[in-house]
Amino acid sequence: MDRKVTLAVHKFSSCDGCQLALLNMGTTLVELAERVEVKHFAEAGVLEEDAQVDVALVEGSVVTAADEQRIQRVRNNSKYLITMGACATSGGIQALKNLAEDPESWTAQIYPQPEFIDSLERSSAIKAYVEVDFELWGCPINSQQITAVVTQLLSGVVPWDDREKLCIECKRRGHVCTLITQDAPCMGPVTRNGCGALCPAFGRACYGCYGDASLPNHSGLAVRFNGLGLLPKQVEQRFTLIHPDPDARLPIGNSDKQRHREGQADE
Amino acid sequence: MEQQIPSFLLRNDLSVLLDLLVADGYQLHGPQVRDGAITYASISSLSDLPVGYQDQQKPGHYQLAEDHNKRFFHWANGPQALKPLLYPAREVLWQAKRNASGSIQFIVPVQSFEKIAVIGVKACDIAALKLQDQHFLQGEYVDPGYQARREGLLLVAVNCSYAASTCFCVSTGDGPSVESGFDIALTELDEGFLVAAGSEKGERFLTRLPLQNATAQQLDAATQQHETVAAMQTRRLEPIAVGQLNDAREHPQWQDIAERCLACGNCTMVCPTCFCHHQNDELVMKGDESQHIREWDSCFGESHGQLAGFQVRDTIKARYQQWMIHKLDSWQEQYGRSGCTGCGRCMSWCPAEIDFVAEANIIGGADE
Amino acid sequence: MNKFAQSNFQVPLSATVEAFIQESPSIFTLRLQLCDSTARDEYSFMPGQFNMLYLYGIGEVPISIVSDPVDSTLIDHTIRVVGRVTEGLAKLKVGDEVGIRGPFGRGWPLALARDKDLLIVTGGLGCAPVVAAINFALNRRAHYENIHIVQGVKHSDDLIWREQYDRWNQMNGVEVLLAADAAGPAWPFHTGQITELLDQVTLSDDSCLVLICGPEGMMKAAAEKLIDDGISPFSIYVSLERNMQCAVGHCGHCQMGPDFLCKDGPVFVYPDVRHRLMQEGI
Repeated sequence: MDRKVTLAVHKFSSCDGCQLALLNMGTTLVELAERVEVKHFAEAGVLEEDAQVDVALVEGSVVTAADEQRIQRVRNNSKYLITMGACATSGGIQALKNLAEDPESWTAQIYPQPEFIDSLERSSAIKAYVEVDFELWGCPINSQQITAVVTQLLSGVVPWDDREKLCIECKRRGHVCTLITQDAPCMGPVTRNGCGALCPAFGRACYGCYGDASLPNHSGLAVRFNGLGLLPKQVEQRFTLIHPDPDARLPIGNSDKQRHREGQADE
Repeated sequence: MEQQIPSFLLRNDLSVLLDLLVADGYQLHGPQVRDGAITYASISSLSDLPVGYQDQQKPGHYQLAEDHNKRFFHWANGPQALKPLLYPAREVLWQAKRNASGSIQFIVPVQSFEKIAVIGVKACDIAALKLQDQHFLQGEYVDPGYQARREGLLLVAVNCSYAASTCFCVSTGDGPSVESGFDIALTELDEGFLVAAGSEKGERFLTRLPLQNATAQQLDAATQQHETVAAMQTRRLEPIAVGQLNDAREHPQWQDIAERCLACGNCTMVCPTCFCHHQNDELVMKGDESQHIREWDSCFGESHGQLAGFQVRDTIKARYQQWMIHKLDSWQEQYGRSGCTGCGRCMSWCPAEIDFVAEANIIGGADE
Repeated sequence: MNKFAQSNFQVPLSATVEAFIQESPSIFTLRLQLCDSTARDEYSFMPGQFNMLYLYGIGEVPISIVSDPVDSTLIDHTIRVVGRVTEGLAKLKVGDEVGIRGPFGRGWPLALARDKDLLIVTGGLGCAPVVAAINFALNRRAHYENIHIVQGVKHSDDLIWREQYDRWNQMNGVEVLLAADAAGPAWPFHTGQITELLDQVTLSDDSCLVLICGPEGMMKAAAEKLIDDGISPFSIYVSLERNMQCAVGHCGHCQMGPDFLCKDGPVFVYPDVRHRLMQEGI
């Protein structure tokens, strides 16, 4: 029999919510453990950080010099590296500090002794440091995403990168549109599906935690938000809520925006 | 069958019809207020119906208002009607099971198809249903799930007594009153309904209702109502000849739309005639079973025009063209008429407030 | 219409990989046999038709049938690795099982070529739909006058089945012409566009049947060139490609103008699609 596929779960700067999505899989997690050999997953008590593995799931963003070193080791030790969650894919909420005009004085405003703070100037997505093979967007991700990516990899197939817009899934589920009926600034029209339209199911507007969908028209949605009475600054904040780092908001290998611009310039 | 002269049913005796339908084994579906919109779902009595509500619609906007009158059906429409009932947004077409030796077995899940009676179906949605029937039932291949659901469907139509600003069924020839394709048709007046059968199935229920002969006054009121609603519709989709929009692909208006359009697919999802779907597999973690899922898809989505290594429509402009040119132009070659029945949903539920009719009229040259 | 496909169109039948033939690093042929013997007997197809092949747990892809319909119990599919499903199919081994739905679509109208010259023009890497037609015609050599096979590739290194072309070229009444847009030093054939090669074809007369398969731009250029040379556009057939999910005209993905490629095609007579080829966004 072929040897089992090996897997490691690594944590960087994050809230652990994505690892929790894994732990919350219940019996599916047991089934996962039967199909792969989990080498490292600190939150589940399995520790072998420097093990060579087939698949690494990486949670969290790079915020310290030690992180910078460690992500290189993780990359070198894994054949297929998957980032999971907003922090790992785009730098996460903590990348708000990337927008600060004067990061040093910013730290001083918060901490009485900022010299004890050991952190880089920026919070960065994993892809800013090493090559990433696949991204699971979401804050947090959910167990269906894990099942899909793992079962496809075990079938010897590159996972399907579904970048369709949230609105499509929202309509499939029969939710009534919050933007149309409540004038809520819903991010669904530019946000990638994956959550199953969770917020709209509860009558709440999407706030974009799954990042950009394919071919997003941000300026078009911003026009509508302006029409709802949001000020330009508020529109900006709405778009940068979960994925503030402008450099990291594009998915890996995404040339949509480029193509979109070219397409419009052609005319 | 030929249309009969309508009879009259008192307002509260509509419940008798509901009871008869239930006694005959039908599940009742009908309009109701949910999350600020008229939505169709299962109902148990008249009290579930949206009495006194009225929808205010314009491109990008839908609001329900409480109206002074106490009618059940004095509204235009909501985001969906019949399409999700017959052609579910997501369904398991089959399951593949693989055993330890690697053999694959394909299993079609056993489904019980209920008899469903839908109360309060509007003319635009009946017209759309006919197009879905054509697509799923009348081609070379008959969709078995759609067919089974369709056979169990009974339609109680309602002639519109109100038009939203987005309604334009008069210009597409599909409303505001139903002419065929229903089992029972109601015309709601203040004190009750004019009732007509449209099929033998419908007729069988009518014979058991406490009907009165309709008075000349009631018949006049119905005619008057039809004319009033038709006149309320100021929006008009001008006729489009086969090839007219396709030949206008260079029209500058497409680019203007592309800058506003979010390519979110909402128009296609609420359109009662859109039929596009994709098929995906969902493996269980153990790997021994996979669900083959069919889901609604949109020509605005990335995967719709995706070939290995090639995207047929990689701009919003190209996707909007596919949507509009197919719906209003090439659809005519496929199904003998346009794919638009004038319901206006693509406008109301568009987050970018795009006025489909105005855009089509501009590109078609009617507004020049 | 194929009654068998009609009765089974939505749910695949399981089939066993009887042979796996690696044609080139990225092209392979799967020889499949339906597991159910009744289905095996009822299954029949025509060259140019396709099956939906199902890779367990992943999904389906439309693949042309390349084997000869005289034996429909062994069904060959030549596949190029271009995406995730074909990549998975490339990992199958003899004895593995897949699913088959089909056959679907309208194939090549080879009966129209009876007692005429057959001109087959193909561009790109291993264009499976015309390989089916070539094999069909060569197996029924007496039905046709001369057979002309014109193959273009981007680069001479891309050419596969070189021995097969040589073998065909040596057959009586078969002419093989090869072209590469760009060629290495040892390329003995034409360097340049496939349309230039068409000037070298020695047709008996203009009443031939032309089958073209390849990138849309190449098909259009070749067809227009042949029309300029006096061949009736109604004698020219092309095989088109779009995203296919259902294969029966329901899912809407393969639409090109008013046509559903899966059921109205994939083979079309040229005038029906002439104005649509290479039109942006169609």
